[in-house]
Amino acid sequence: MKSMTRTRQRDEMTPEQKTLRRKEFFINNSLYFFLIAAIVGIVIYDPRFLSTASIVNILSLSAANLPLALGIAGAIILSGTDLSAGRAVGLIACVSASLLQMAGYPNKMFPSLGVLPLPVVLLIALAIGGLIGLVNGFCVAKFRLHPFIVTLATQLILFGILLMYLMNGNNNGQSLSGLDPSYTQWITGSFLKIGGTAIPNYVFYSIAITAVIWFVWNKTVFGKNMFAVGSNEEAARVSGVNVTATIIGVFVLAGVLYGVTGFIEAARIGSNSAATGLNYELDAIAACVIGGVSFVGGIGKIRGVILGVVLLRIIFVGLTFLSIDANLQYVIKGLIILLACAIDMRKYLKKR
Amino acid sequence: MEEILLQMRGICKSFPGVKALDNANLTVKRGTVHALMGENGAGKSTLMKCLFGIYAKDKGEIFLEGRPVEFASSKEALEQGVAMVHQELNQALSRTVADNLWLGRYPARVGVVRKGKMRKDTLDLFESLGFSQNPDAVAGTLSVSRRQMIEIAKAVSYDAKIIVFDEPTSSLTEQETEGLFRIIKTLRDKGCGIVYISHKMEEILRISDEVTVMRDGKTVATRPAAELTMEEIIRLMVGRELTQRFPEKAPATQENLLSVRDLTGRYAPLREVSFDLRKGEVLGVAGLDGAGRTELLELLFGLAAKERGTVTLEGREIRNSSPRAAIRNGFALLTEERRATGIFPGRSVQENTVVSRLSAYRKFGFLQEKAMKRDVDSVVQSLKVKTPSRHTPIRVLSGGNQQKVILGRWLLTNPKILLLDEPTRGIDVGAKYEIYKIIADLAKQGRGVILVSGEMPELLGVCHRILVLSAGRAAGIVQADETTQEEIMSLAAKFV
Repeated sequence: MKSMTRTRQRDEMTPEQKTLRRKEFFINNSLYFFLIAAIVGIVIYDPRFLSTASIVNILSLSAANLPLALGIAGAIILSGTDLSAGRAVGLIACVSASLLQMAGYPNKMFPSLGVLPLPVVLLIALAIGGLIGLVNGFCVAKFRLHPFIVTLATQLILFGILLMYLMNGNNNGQSLSGLDPSYTQWITGSFLKIGGTAIPNYVFYSIAITAVIWFVWNKTVFGKNMFAVGSNEEAARVSGVNVTATIIGVFVLAGVLYGVTGFIEAARIGSNSAATGLNYELDAIAACVIGGVSFVGGIGKIRGVILGVVLLRIIFVGLTFLSIDANLQYVIKGLIILLACAIDMRKYLKKR
Repeated sequence: MEEILLQMRGICKSFPGVKALDNANLTVKRGTVHALMGENGAGKSTLMKCLFGIYAKDKGEIFLEGRPVEFASSKEALEQGVAMVHQELNQALSRTVADNLWLGRYPARVGVVRKGKMRKDTLDLFESLGFSQNPDAVAGTLSVSRRQMIEIAKAVSYDAKIIVFDEPTSSLTEQETEGLFRIIKTLRDKGCGIVYISHKMEEILRISDEVTVMRDGKTVATRPAAELTMEEIIRLMVGRELTQRFPEKAPATQENLLSVRDLTGRYAPLREVSFDLRKGEVLGVAGLDGAGRTELLELLFGLAAKERGTVTLEGREIRNSSPRAAIRNGFALLTEERRATGIFPGRSVQENTVVSRLSAYRKFGFLQEKAMKRDVDSVVQSLKVKTPSRHTPIRVLSGGNQQKVILGRWLLTNPKILLLDEPTRGIDVGAKYEIYKIIADLAKQGRGVILVSGEMPELLGVCHRILVLSAGRAAGIVQADETTQEEIMSLAAKFV
């Protein structure tokens, strides 16, 4: 009966309704139009923006941020957030770097350590991330604190730990560099070149991780429980979902993803300090929101997160291409985030 | 046949300062519909919460098929075959029907959900209930009645022996209610015991086999429905005679107050609706779910965008482009969802009362406490609001008293037109009468009232004329004294 009325309405559509429908189409796909318009604009100014090197650059920068954004997206789907992500990445990057400095490097933090095997350090990175997530998740689930509060606190704690860690050995708060070539090679090396531009290995790691997370979100009981808890925690509880375990699980998964990001980031940057990871969570949150992961909870798609991360990166790189003053770039970034979210929000507003 | 499925005996439950349940009893037999009645606060919900382990009872025993049971959570109750279809549906609205149905027990292999099996099980279940619904639809896009059917299906899928329905028809149209009753009868004939909580007398007498009436936390009586009349039930519930269900109607004037012509919504599904409202008249609005009843009020109040059409108030064309404009023009809207869009739960009775005309209490930029107190006191007195003080948070009042506060809020703005959307939903009989009385008094003062209601007896009892909407169009206007429920129903189906 309902579908019949709908067809009847379409047949009887007035010109005004047709314009309305067109308007809706534009609004619903506004992000894509926005993306195309931005690219076209920048290319007119400087065609090198679409050169292979530039595209690979944008893709690799996006890939470096993607695991982090996916972790935060989980927290947002629970209608929470995670402010500790950036500092977690910073701590994990510094720990990874300190354990993988070249033997004989003059400023080596642990001179007697030698070079640990890569998989061991990777596991340590993931474990630290998981532990951070466990603390966050435990406080959110057990103490019923808002994730904003919990991660605001853990973010400070992590920074303090990071500063203390950097005082270790004879490092004395210096940046950590002189990484072992096997490490940097594994992350930033390349086995595939496109048009003479090497694609760093971590892009493929990032793609693989994204595929795994897509599977977890869409195909597993844990993923479905995550969306259910985010959508209506009470309904999930009365249906017998272990809400506590789900919340903790989401934060642990996020922490593990920060572990991956930190491990990649250390080798990607090469020289790691207390500033590594600073404000990464803010870019990631912005990317999630632009990509339609809603703070209302229970709403979000992997492809939205990817789109958000890439879109934000195109804007950042594009602003540099347009040789816009670095200070002004912040203003423009802020305005673009506002605009993109405002347009996107219209999708969810009830028309009346 | 008369086998006892569920027995609750001598249940007591106290909260600080209140004895919510005092030796309450409930006995439900196999294959029967058992109505549980009582005014708000009589202890029906508390009794059910004790059954489902949401509250721990102080005293008393519960037997399921003769075995003593004590559920720690509603999940545990569900697994033992005692299910509840809630008044406020508790669903994950951004997820699909199938996701909601199997939430908490997804069919899975090593943590991976078996989507195909889930879909098939869902379809099989729906088929056994004679219910067609796409399992992949997102729950939030469905109507309340559809979502309720999903809850019922969920109960059935747990192989429930006892299903408790808490006010299941409060947001259903008559047509949907019929569908629900068919399902309830099917479940009953399968041997389920149904506990049916409702305020609607007509329904209770129609559908139930036995009735238990509660008052002040005690069980007053359990009797076969066939031996009871509506008057008898009301007497048991309120403990006194309620001679009339509806107050006397004063005749409306012939003077025209509001003329609406060709009202059409931009997004709201309302097409060329025209009607007149006279001074002192209560105009009812009837129609099926989705007919555009609420949308009509929203359009008039400037909450929804108008495509075309004119609204003339006392001979002057007006344009309610926003609720603020509507209030300036003398309109007031009592919204359908009291909790979601009516009250400010944590704020005081006083703030909830004066919120619509705060600027009137302003002097040199400061709010005048004295003037506010005077108005709030007058509202509390004239509308008989039962509240400990004007500083009490409104959320602790009963539904009827909350509704009176919201009515009082609008009366302070001295409106010419009152738009009331389901003003008595979820309110007990005694308070209902008082709300009807207020509506009648308002009309007597020469105001116009437009009353949207899904309860046919209410429309017939309170209104002068009834506008029937059908699929967004006006199907006709009938005189309440001359029409029948059948005539209204056939008009409501005119354009469907």
